[in-house]
Amino acid sequence: MAPDLPLLELEGIGKSYPGVRALDGVDLRLHAGEVLGLVGENGAGKSTLMKILGGVVPPSEGRVRIGGREYPALTVSEAGAAGIAFVHQELNLFDNLDVASNVLFGREPLRGGPLRLLDRAAARARVAPLLQRLGADFGPDARVAELSIAQRQLVEIAKALAAEARIIILDEPTSSLTLSETARLLSLVHELRAGGTGVIYITHRLGEIIDCADRVVCLRDGRMVGALAREEISHAAMIRLMIGRDLRSLYTPPARAPGEGGLELRGLRTTAFPERAVDLHIRPGEILGLAGLVGSGRTSLARTLFGIDPALGGDIRLHGKALRITEPAQAVAAGIYLVPEDRKAAGLVLDLSIVQNVTLANLPAYARLGLVDRAREEVASEAQRQSLHIKAPSCAVKAGTLSGGNQQKVVLGKWLSMSPRVMLFDEPTRGIDVGARGEIYALMRKLADSGVAILMISSDMEEVIGVSDRIAVMHEGRVSGMLERNAFSEQAVLRLAIGQTEETHAGTEAAHP
Amino acid sequence: MSKKELGLGLLLIVIGGITAALNPLFLSGTNLLNMANLIGLFGVFSIGQGIIIITGGIDLSVGSMFALLGVILVDLLVNFELPWPLAVLVILAAGVALGLLHGLLVTRLRLQPFVVTLCGLLIYRGIARYYTQDGTMGFGYAAGDLDTLTWLASGRSFGVPNPFIILLVVAACMAVLLHRSVFGRYLYAVGRNEEAARHSGIRTNAVIAGAYLIGGGLAGLSTVLLVFYTSSVSPSSFGNFYELYAIAAAVLGGCSLRGGEGSILGIVLGTVLLQILQNLVNILGIPSSLNFAVMGSVILLGVIADQQLSRRKQVGALSRSPAPVASPAE
Repeated sequence: MAPDLPLLELEGIGKSYPGVRALDGVDLRLHAGEVLGLVGENGAGKSTLMKILGGVVPPSEGRVRIGGREYPALTVSEAGAAGIAFVHQELNLFDNLDVASNVLFGREPLRGGPLRLLDRAAARARVAPLLQRLGADFGPDARVAELSIAQRQLVEIAKALAAEARIIILDEPTSSLTLSETARLLSLVHELRAGGTGVIYITHRLGEIIDCADRVVCLRDGRMVGALAREEISHAAMIRLMIGRDLRSLYTPPARAPGEGGLELRGLRTTAFPERAVDLHIRPGEILGLAGLVGSGRTSLARTLFGIDPALGGDIRLHGKALRITEPAQAVAAGIYLVPEDRKAAGLVLDLSIVQNVTLANLPAYARLGLVDRAREEVASEAQRQSLHIKAPSCAVKAGTLSGGNQQKVVLGKWLSMSPRVMLFDEPTRGIDVGARGEIYALMRKLADSGVAILMISSDMEEVIGVSDRIAVMHEGRVSGMLERNAFSEQAVLRLAIGQTEETHAGTEAAHP
Repeated sequence: MSKKELGLGLLLIVIGGITAALNPLFLSGTNLLNMANLIGLFGVFSIGQGIIIITGGIDLSVGSMFALLGVILVDLLVNFELPWPLAVLVILAAGVALGLLHGLLVTRLRLQPFVVTLCGLLIYRGIARYYTQDGTMGFGYAAGDLDTLTWLASGRSFGVPNPFIILLVVAACMAVLLHRSVFGRYLYAVGRNEEAARHSGIRTNAVIAGAYLIGGGLAGLSTVLLVFYTSSVSPSSFGNFYELYAIAAAVLGGCSLRGGEGSILGIVLGTVLLQILQNLVNILGIPSSLNFAVMGSVILLGVIADQQLSRRKQVGALSRSPAPVASPAE
């Protein structure tokens, strides 16, 4: 193929659903050895565009050319045969099978002629070099169930390589990755580019785009609103394109100095790291960021504080009073609320209405003699819908029909309709677009200013640094350091996250137990 | 009343109408009263089954519970000559206790409900047969002072069979519990997403155990009604397959085996439909050996129709209001 011929060419792509124009006149080109960043808020049309590319939905108008050949009605199998591979936000692996079976799924090497038996030796032999090339620390026989999310992502990419994909589309690939895993993924993207693969990189994490993209295009309301060349790419420029205005700095300082009391943990040991103890003080009125690598014990800490996982030792004090928390009901009764990491699995009951989700945690308060007063429920949830600007036609719609940002607001509404004293946020803005993120940050600040102690677990560096008043960093089950605002920097957080202390260098133990 | 219940009601009327047209005896007073009696008998424990199914569980043990509790009831009344209110109380308590046991095994030991209650099905039947040496237990001539209980469990008030009236009362209470109370809301939430319910501070184990407890209690009540319907208990056959009738009624009535779905009205309508089908086989002269086949076919068709309708509804809703496109203001 001539080097100047684009691998992929979209011309005037439009997609209409009755009443809504999801995409309008989108042009897109991707060359071999190019990384194209695709940004845009949730609902801007990115996923519709990707569905068209994957042959899942047909465009209403426009032309799709792959490798110079025009596809008037691209199907899923044609897209695959033309060399397009997706690495999805939600991983599509069979975790009950081993790595080789997943990588070669649908194109398993066979033996035994008409018996069509699987040739496991050949499968291993084909997958092993792919894994090696990706720098994977696991073999083709590893069971996917035992792999971390980052490792699974590598399996997905190996799948794309096994299919000899020329165009790889990465859709929010780092949303579950740690900092170091993200770095490795980015270096892999660089390698793919060097090998002549075209990559479309979709993410909300703009720093990653700056790191790897040769070009950025931005979608807004279904239209291509702008493109940036390599040297023009910057946070400010991308955000301006995405929301059509400049986003002010994330940080809003607290209204007053943090108060006394709050949540104090002494020697708390969790099931994730039974031999490590955590000391931490979350003061009322502050947002304490909790950074660290995935698996460093942050989520486990939050789950223990909320009573989901048992505490193995140590004590928890709230405003000086010792608490015994063995189940979430006790944490809720004490005013300690968790906004969990996985809102679809743990934050919401997607099939219940907004009303029923908002009142779920405090239902007895809406009941007389054990019978629920629906009118009062509606009043309370309507109040939350308005104060949180939840975008929904009414509170009677099921929570599952809302966008990610609005679902998260329903989770918040559930707790805000009660009286929080400590709020634990675990990755509060994962998969949520820039605009809604800003609203959630503002809300956290408002809560803090009203005297609530806030712990925010986040793997998003911009978020940790931009939102927190102080940052505690965890490493392998203990707090490896605490940073005050004037000491915030990506390097400082990263250094603590990989186990180096503030004062000293690698190898020495931290001052904390 | 939801669309599902409306559809089920319509189906009842259509099937009833066809049967009546083919054989007018279907609508005769005797036949209707007979059906009402059976609906009452089967409805009570089907409601218990439905409540358990709403939590995402299942109870396969009810049929065997009837056998075990049935022989105990007859034994208490005839051989131990216990006053009947006390004997009934013991049976209700035993039902509650067995239900609670199932609930604790499911929640504390995290055993699968299917396995727990399958073991119950085997164990209770076995104990009942061993206890009676496989002999049928009846009231014999000792039934003299049981007139009140006999009337309560199998008599009529204002011409209506008492089991049917008992079903109406149970259904009304359970409907309030399920559709209006805090506990009912918790049941749906736990059935739909136990993890999220726990994350909302709900004691999910207590809610699930509570459902099994209610199911056990209703099974105890049903035992009393069933024993006086047959007036004897042969432990190897008494209540055989009744758990399947109950599951069928709940599923026909809109309960999803995945949990979190279903209504009391639906379960009652499901029970009515099953009994009409049974009756239709008799009254239309269909060989009674085909009984199960007819029932199975109708359930299968009903579930397929429901699936197709809801799929079409979903597609319809999608084409009306497409992808949740965020408004530009967000």
